[in-house]
Amino acid sequence: MAKSIDVSNLNIYYGDFLAVEDVNMTIPARSVTALIGPSGCGKSTFLRSLNRMHEVIPGARVEGKVLVDGQSLYDSAVDPVEVRRTIGMVFQRPNPFPTMSIYENVLAGLRLNNKRLRKAQADDVVEKSLAGANLWNEVKDRLGKPGMGLSGGQQQRLCIARAIAVEPEILLMDEPCSALDPISTSAVEDLIHSLKDEYTIVIVTHNMQQAARVSEDTAFFNLAGAGRPGKLIEMNPTKKIFSVPDEPATEAYISGRFG
Amino acid sequence: MSQVLTTTEPVGRTLPLRRPRLPRWAAPLVGLVAAAASLLVGLVADWSVAGIVVVAGLLYVVVLPGWSLLVENRRSATDRLFSSLVWTALAIALVPLISLLYLVISNGAKEIDGQFLTYSMRNIVGSGGGIYHALIGTLMITATATVISVPIGILAAVYLVEYGGGSRVASSLRFLVDVMTGIPSIVAGLFAYALFEIFFGPGVKMAFGGGVALSLLMVPIVVRSTEEMLKLVPDELREASYALGVPRWKTIVRIVLPTASAGIVTGVTLAIARVIGETAPLLIIAGATTSVNTSLFSPQTPTETLPVFIYYSYTQPGLNPQYSVDRAWGAALVLIVIVMILNLLARLLGRMLAPKSGR
Repeated sequence: MAKSIDVSNLNIYYGDFLAVEDVNMTIPARSVTALIGPSGCGKSTFLRSLNRMHEVIPGARVEGKVLVDGQSLYDSAVDPVEVRRTIGMVFQRPNPFPTMSIYENVLAGLRLNNKRLRKAQADDVVEKSLAGANLWNEVKDRLGKPGMGLSGGQQQRLCIARAIAVEPEILLMDEPCSALDPISTSAVEDLIHSLKDEYTIVIVTHNMQQAARVSEDTAFFNLAGAGRPGKLIEMNPTKKIFSVPDEPATEAYISGRFG
Repeated sequence: MSQVLTTTEPVGRTLPLRRPRLPRWAAPLVGLVAAAASLLVGLVADWSVAGIVVVAGLLYVVVLPGWSLLVENRRSATDRLFSSLVWTALAIALVPLISLLYLVISNGAKEIDGQFLTYSMRNIVGSGGGIYHALIGTLMITATATVISVPIGILAAVYLVEYGGGSRVASSLRFLVDVMTGIPSIVAGLFAYALFEIFFGPGVKMAFGGGVALSLLMVPIVVRSTEEMLKLVPDELREASYALGVPRWKTIVRIVLPTASAGIVTGVTLAIARVIGETAPLLIIAGATTSVNTSLFSPQTPTETLPVFIYYSYTQPGLNPQYSVDRAWGAALVLIVIVMILNLLARLLGRMLAPKSGR
């Protein structure tokens, strides 16, 4: 059920500004792919173009092809809403819906998409998603409480539960652990490990150890200078990138000799 | 390590954290002394109450910083001077409010009883009668204005924030709304009269027309307050919703508006409170009468409202002026109470609807 992603000649713009230039990569199904690189190199922008969240920003547009399971995401016949139902996303900062309880937050994706659920079914989805996000044991006694009342790490796992409750094929994660302490980070990483049997996961991270720990493949993005577009420098199996990368720029970045 | 620390520490020197301070009761003491001194001198020299209060305030503002300058330092003295000035400004701002409330309550409270609230002024000369007709008219016309303005105002604000963005249409609309906020209320009344005159001929007096006139004043307030509230909803929530595959309109209806609902309700209530006391437009389009009118759409039937009732009771009191003037004060008190209830309701609703963050 999980899908692979083929990206070819992808240029991403904000208005007239070319943010990411000419990306070609294949993201394999049922594995974890990490995107690393310095700030501003276009990792997050690239990630957002994979489920058409990029165009939510006024003036933002994309040239080139993104194929998911052989279908082009940017085909004129493709409805972006359908794309986002298939390709879920977790953001850098936890963003549970403040008007909803923990229970309603998990079900938000289904409820807002008009899925009619019987009480028993809904309870099942909530328990399964929260258990999948490693949060069930912490919140099972207070599902009716507001989602905003949880700690930052719990909120982030609640957002992951919300994203996997709609059962997407692909899960995009934009620095999901950057606001979390090491214990919550480790919980999220365990979660990524257990999710990769069912989902294709793409994760943006600034934490090299995290990329090495969780991913099968790693893509390194870099930018030539301020105001210049970001580029994909190298994509290889994670083991190779962190031991014998093809490009000297990758090695310089990974070993801390950046710039 | 600890050895190094002990040797580098200079012996016999203390940190300069302790300084002489005025005792905690210094401010109330100075206040008391200033009041007593001013009262004493004032009684001897036969000043008015206002004079005594002003002199007491001046004494306080001078003495407390002076004392502080002698005992403490310059910074503390400046601090005490500015905090006393801020408190003085607050007291001055409260004076008109409290004296207005006192005046209205002392003049109006004795009027209010069952008859005053349930009788109209039909065939009343001299004492007796009540404001029932004006109360009904005010509630009816204000409710009409609210029903017209709230959907238009909220939808316009949704356009401005969610769809318009920085486009030329949106910014010119924003400008027009700002201009509309400043429209004199009498112009709104004239506009409504001219509009309804087209359909019902000259001399039209219609409760619905009054509602339209008030809604002209209300729409811009609702638009601006709702716009501010929608802007406060973080974009992350919209993105979270889009990323779940929720369409845009549903994101607005189910995520953005509920998150902002507390502020929107408060803004709407304040807009109602703002227009409920309008007199001028209603004089023109709703007219004045002594009878109860419950018909919203009858074109030749004038409808009394509380502000218009107050205006005529005071300016044209008739044969026995005292009764009429007393009724005006009673109606003014009722109007203030209605506005206060609306404000309390807004706070209550705002608290109930506000996003919860309890653990």
